[in-house]
Amino acid sequence: MKKFAKIDKERLLLGLAAPVLALVAAFLVTSLVLLATGKQPFNAFQIMGSYGVKSDSQVYILNKATTYYLAGLAVAVGFRMNLFNIGVDGQYRLAAFVAAVVGGMVSLPSFLELPLIIIVAMLVGAAWAGLAGLLKVGRGVSEVIATIMLNSIATAIIGYLLQPGRLAHLDANTNSVHTTVLPKSGWFFTFTTNPAAGPIQGFIVIAALAGVGYWFVLNRTRFGFDLRTVGQSESAAQASGVNVKRMVVTSMLISGAVAGLVGMPTLLNESHQYATDFPTGIGFTGIAIALLGRNHPAGIALGALLWAFLDRTSNWLEFNGYDKEIVGVMQGVIVLCVVIAYELVRRYGLGRQQRRVGEELAAAARKNTVKEEVTA
Amino acid sequence: MKVGIAYDVGGRGDHSFNDSAARGLDQATKEFGGTPKELTAKTTDTEPDREQNLSNLASAGYNPVIAVGFAYANAVKAVSAKFPKTNFGIVDSVVPASNVDSMTFASPESSYLAGVAAALKSKSGQIGFIGGVDNQLIKGFQAGFEQGVKDTKPSDKVTTQYLTTGSDLSGFSSPDLGKSAASGMLSKGIDVIYTAAGSSGSGAIEAVHGQKGAWAIGVDSDQYQDPGLAQYKDSILTSAVKNVNVAVYNLIKSVHDGKPLTGNNTYGLNNGGVSLATSGGFISDIQSQLDAAKQKIVSGQIKVKSTP
Repeated sequence: MKKFAKIDKERLLLGLAAPVLALVAAFLVTSLVLLATGKQPFNAFQIMGSYGVKSDSQVYILNKATTYYLAGLAVAVGFRMNLFNIGVDGQYRLAAFVAAVVGGMVSLPSFLELPLIIIVAMLVGAAWAGLAGLLKVGRGVSEVIATIMLNSIATAIIGYLLQPGRLAHLDANTNSVHTTVLPKSGWFFTFTTNPAAGPIQGFIVIAALAGVGYWFVLNRTRFGFDLRTVGQSESAAQASGVNVKRMVVTSMLISGAVAGLVGMPTLLNESHQYATDFPTGIGFTGIAIALLGRNHPAGIALGALLWAFLDRTSNWLEFNGYDKEIVGVMQGVIVLCVVIAYELVRRYGLGRQQRRVGEELAAAARKNTVKEEVTA
Repeated sequence: MKVGIAYDVGGRGDHSFNDSAARGLDQATKEFGGTPKELTAKTTDTEPDREQNLSNLASAGYNPVIAVGFAYANAVKAVSAKFPKTNFGIVDSVVPASNVDSMTFASPESSYLAGVAAALKSKSGQIGFIGGVDNQLIKGFQAGFEQGVKDTKPSDKVTTQYLTTGSDLSGFSSPDLGKSAASGMLSKGIDVIYTAAGSSGSGAIEAVHGQKGAWAIGVDSDQYQDPGLAQYKDSILTSAVKNVNVAVYNLIKSVHDGKPLTGNNTYGLNNGGVSLATSGGFISDIQSQLDAAKQKIVSGQIKVKSTP
């Protein structure tokens, strides 16, 4: 028992070492880049730090992180099974679009309207991802290729349907084309903060629940065990009776359903319509955040918050005369550093473990020989 | 003067729409002094980002705060209500508020003239239109252009292509897409191409330059005069100029004079807000026909369509 606790502590230390190492390395590299562009790195970090803790920044960061968190989860479900769902981007846009159209057509009381919109979004996301899953198990098409293609198809479908006279209206004043605005009963609740900072999106609650659900399903259910097993070794899983093909389709469906939630904070808490300015590209951000959070629900949350913080401060850096691209460099460097740092720490931990097991075996062997000598 | 300006994606240096706004700013800065603050939108920006940028400008005391592009419409609506003492400007949209100058342009009118010029200059009778993103604004360019061609030479054919659709705004800042679209059109025998696509247009102009006898028509700025496109200028027939600079300058001057412009100010052929550039002299032989068409539009004899 005592030995068990010791190993756990070591695992914890090793687990912390990787992100810390990654952040320090990212800081150093970014500083060098800033120096190379002839700017003071510490001044930039100070500007970012002081701006990022202002109350309106905090609200912005929480709201943006809600969306990013869901995107990270959607990608992570696939990652845990060695599936690379690049299609989160198309899945959440198509899901949000269809959900916005359906929500705009009906006007029900909130307790029906909101679940309807959210379920439609999850179903559309799941269906769009499921296509890639079926193509993979049925035709052997790599899910990477299939989901990239499906992203483009989603863009084209939305582009076709989001036209005045089809499923959208033209706002003559602003030149923006949008779906019918959701009835008030389809607006999600918000948490009020001070008026200057604006409200916090209520969808953050759903995002947190999704995180708990993700943890529970993966770590506490047979399905989650099967999923992780397939991710670690497909052949071993197959040999122990797991239906790998079904797992592929199911996990793509789940990944897509979570992806369907990605557009919901924006739709239900912010825009209340799908317009031409609906955010794009969040699916790709989700990939970076899942990598950053090592597919762990708490890690993804930290990654999402960090990303939102960087987004928030990039505009302010530009305001202060820095190139806002520097934040893009920073984000890229952080992801690279995290991936490298984890690999280094993993190898180091593995080496230590092997050494220790070797020592223990050697000690046991010595003891045995001593015993044998005694009996002899 | 502390002028704050938020550009659309592409920003200063897009050889087109944003540069036109920047010229108005530069002219005003030269006359009234001060250091302007310039911000640029990213393609990944969302509503909170745009509101943040405008709020940052307003709360730092910049006045007027000018938003370049219709993407800012909702952000201007929200932020102008929060800062009632600041004057705002919005290009290409109408925001009804007492402290907002809505600058809209009758671009279909200048596009009509571009269509007349294209029809008169095309030898193959095949004409191309490249739009950046298939939104209503750019469809207005297409509508006016097609009408101008048809009214001049009914048998000519206009081929239309959009670089991106819907919410994907990258079609305004992808010269590579503009170049490949134009190359495709040229290979089909099209010999005059009008591109309304922000900085993507420079790619189209580059492709047209590679084809002998083909003409490119520029947009928003007088692209013949653009130093960044100097090596291709022999291929730039004309440009459908949208004088955003005039509108931007007018707003800054009005704030400087203490009589800020508000309401919807439309800039058309009648007041020089839009026009057809004559630099290079490639259209001087057809100037009389263009002037006649312009007269008909200004007098209302020709109604230019704004939807194709």
